[in-house]
Amino acid sequence: MTAMQALTQDQRSPSRATAFVNARLIDSSSRLDQTGGVLIADGLIADLGPHIASGAVGDAEIVDCGGRVLAPGLVDMMVFTGEPGHEHRETLATASRAAAAGGVTTIVCMPNTDPVIDDVALVDFILRRARDTALVHVHPMAAMTKGLLGEEMSEIGLLHEAGAVAFANGKASLANAKVMRNVLAYAKDFGALIVHHLEDPTLAQDGVMNEGEVATRLGLRGVPAAAETIMLERDIRLVELTGGRYHAGQISCRTSLDIVRAAKQRGIPVTCGVSINHLTLNENDIGPYRTFFKIRPPLRSEDDRRAMVEGVASGDIDVIVSAHDPRGAEGKRRPFAEAADGAIGLETLLAVALRLYHNGDVELGRLLQALTANPARLLGTGSGRLAKGAPADLVLIDLETPWVVEPERLRSKSKNTPFDAARLQGRALLTVVAGRLVYNYADSPGP
Amino acid sequence: MSIAAEASDLSFPHRHLLGIEGLSRAEITALLDLSEQAAKLSRQIDKKRDDLRGRTLINLFFEASTRTQSSFELAGKRLGADVMNMSVGTSSVQKGETLIDTAVTLNAMRPDLLVVRHHAAGAVELLSQKVDCSVINAGDGSHEHPTQALLDALTIRRHKARIEGLIVAICGDIQHSRVARSNILLLNALGARVRVVAPSTLLPSGIGRLGVEVYTSMREGLADADIVMMLRLQRERMTSSLVPSTREYFHFFGLDYDKLARAKPDALVMHPGPMNRGVEIDSNVADDARSVIREQVEMGVAVRMAVLQALARHLPNR
Repeated sequence: MTAMQALTQDQRSPSRATAFVNARLIDSSSRLDQTGGVLIADGLIADLGPHIASGAVGDAEIVDCGGRVLAPGLVDMMVFTGEPGHEHRETLATASRAAAAGGVTTIVCMPNTDPVIDDVALVDFILRRARDTALVHVHPMAAMTKGLLGEEMSEIGLLHEAGAVAFANGKASLANAKVMRNVLAYAKDFGALIVHHLEDPTLAQDGVMNEGEVATRLGLRGVPAAAETIMLERDIRLVELTGGRYHAGQISCRTSLDIVRAAKQRGIPVTCGVSINHLTLNENDIGPYRTFFKIRPPLRSEDDRRAMVEGVASGDIDVIVSAHDPRGAEGKRRPFAEAADGAIGLETLLAVALRLYHNGDVELGRLLQALTANPARLLGTGSGRLAKGAPADLVLIDLETPWVVEPERLRSKSKNTPFDAARLQGRALLTVVAGRLVYNYADSPGP
Repeated sequence: MSIAAEASDLSFPHRHLLGIEGLSRAEITALLDLSEQAAKLSRQIDKKRDDLRGRTLINLFFEASTRTQSSFELAGKRLGADVMNMSVGTSSVQKGETLIDTAVTLNAMRPDLLVVRHHAAGAVELLSQKVDCSVINAGDGSHEHPTQALLDALTIRRHKARIEGLIVAICGDIQHSRVARSNILLLNALGARVRVVAPSTLLPSGIGRLGVEVYTSMREGLADADIVMMLRLQRERMTSSLVPSTREYFHFFGLDYDKLARAKPDALVMHPGPMNRGVEIDSNVADDARSVIREQVEMGVAVRMAVLQALARHLPNR
């Protein structure tokens, strides 16, 4: 791996051209899967294809990829950080280091901060802090209602102009249908994307895990799948009414997949996402009250998990997110019902997703599409693709090498991973953001 | 005769008693046998034994309880342990101390046995992971209340001489009841036919998969029952739209002579207490000759003595 080591010394500066040669290029947006190379210069992809090979790229720095997969860097459109307000959990800097080590080149940070990102000044703050401290691209998602209270619309136009890539209501559904209708209609005028959390607050009240036999055995209050599907059905009706740009942030159950599929078949422009947790874990993993598996929406049944995998494989589920949500011991070392929701996932996102590929459940191109091209297209970042003129956001992926997750080696400030001691196969070897090398596994192995 | 002699034969290889789940039929039976001996002891003039002399038992109750706490206190004292009662109200939670902080603090006081009740399911198990002593679950949220299930089984066995094959109807607020869950597990383990009877709003999702027959009518659920086990209905269930009124609840689910007539003539009436007379049970039925509610309280002390005894065998001796 001498070429890669050379890169770490020289490629700190993006000014010199670099050629990644002898790679398996996978670009889901152009259905590309072939051996070749990518030439990058000035932070952009200058050229790509089979003709990019050593000896044919002038004085460019050569990185021999050894036949491994070279793909667009991952775009994770649901990341909770603690900045501002809860920096002890995670900062933009630490989240970005975790992202880089996981092959994620763009993160969208959610507005549930303290203060809430519902003001242009906060969007500016995030962008400035990201520019100064973060290794990867950071885009803020702003609150669609002031203070995330679900009552008054936030300044969607100004926030959009300031750089908010989408609008969300945090980890709660906007229960008021009239406000939701207005938000969808108003945001549409700016082409702004609404990303909604699906959970009817009254049905989900007091619920801490999936409703059903497992919850009953544990004596825990359940959240029925209907809490999600009722909200999803309502939202789809409102999208029909308004024509707004709508994305269901996370779906978690088979019925939701059916609803989205039917809506798409009717030609309604809705999209949806799923978290890596709901693709690979189910409610049984909670076992004896393991709070690291307490997330929202809750982990569902194995049949629901299978449905999520099928949805990604068929393309009905557009986006896979980490739903990275750092929580400290003070939130997690509690009785299950009282513990904080959330699991970290930035650094393990790619490797855990590769389980679906190794199992034969999802074809590699489709998997990467849900992790790169689709979220990039929804957010309008222009990245997530291997194409001339696209941002040089790349990840070199080793599909094969097995490893074991050791939480203490993860870069997140918080260690609440549900994949503690998980055996994974494959990982990011090199991560390049705007032509700059931000992670090299050879330099700093781990996690 | 000493309980210790009995205990030495006991096969109970657990450090804690966190629930009925995970106990084998043989282990449950052994505990019940040991409880019989304790019940005999408790009826003697001299009830004091020294099996737990020098040991410290702490009753740690995050939820108010008169019956269970005094039952454990008496059990500990009869076996010669030093017993301390700690009621941890919501105040220390408000002060920000977590359950684990409390556990670590208590552990530093070097108790040998810790009896814990907590309002959150799984809390007692969590606490047991952080202390060096034996932990007994005296009720965790809507999860388990193992000593209640054991004392219920002991009471049934003393009257019916068996558990296997009996039809047991557990009636009332199954959804919020740890007593129901522990009883379902224990009675199933011993081969009873368990029914649950409640309005659908008080039946947890998937309850049928716990090996019970589910009824929403008392008349049907009580038909030919050997045991009628009533559960307490908390009044706040009325305000949360689970049942409309006490009047309506009593009409359909309160145990009166009319409904009891559906059960076998020699059916036992049970209730874990405290009772809401006129809500889930008619006052006269509660005091009827078929009611064994007071005996349940007596067996409660015996079962807790047996549990303390069984766990004490695994305490370090030096």
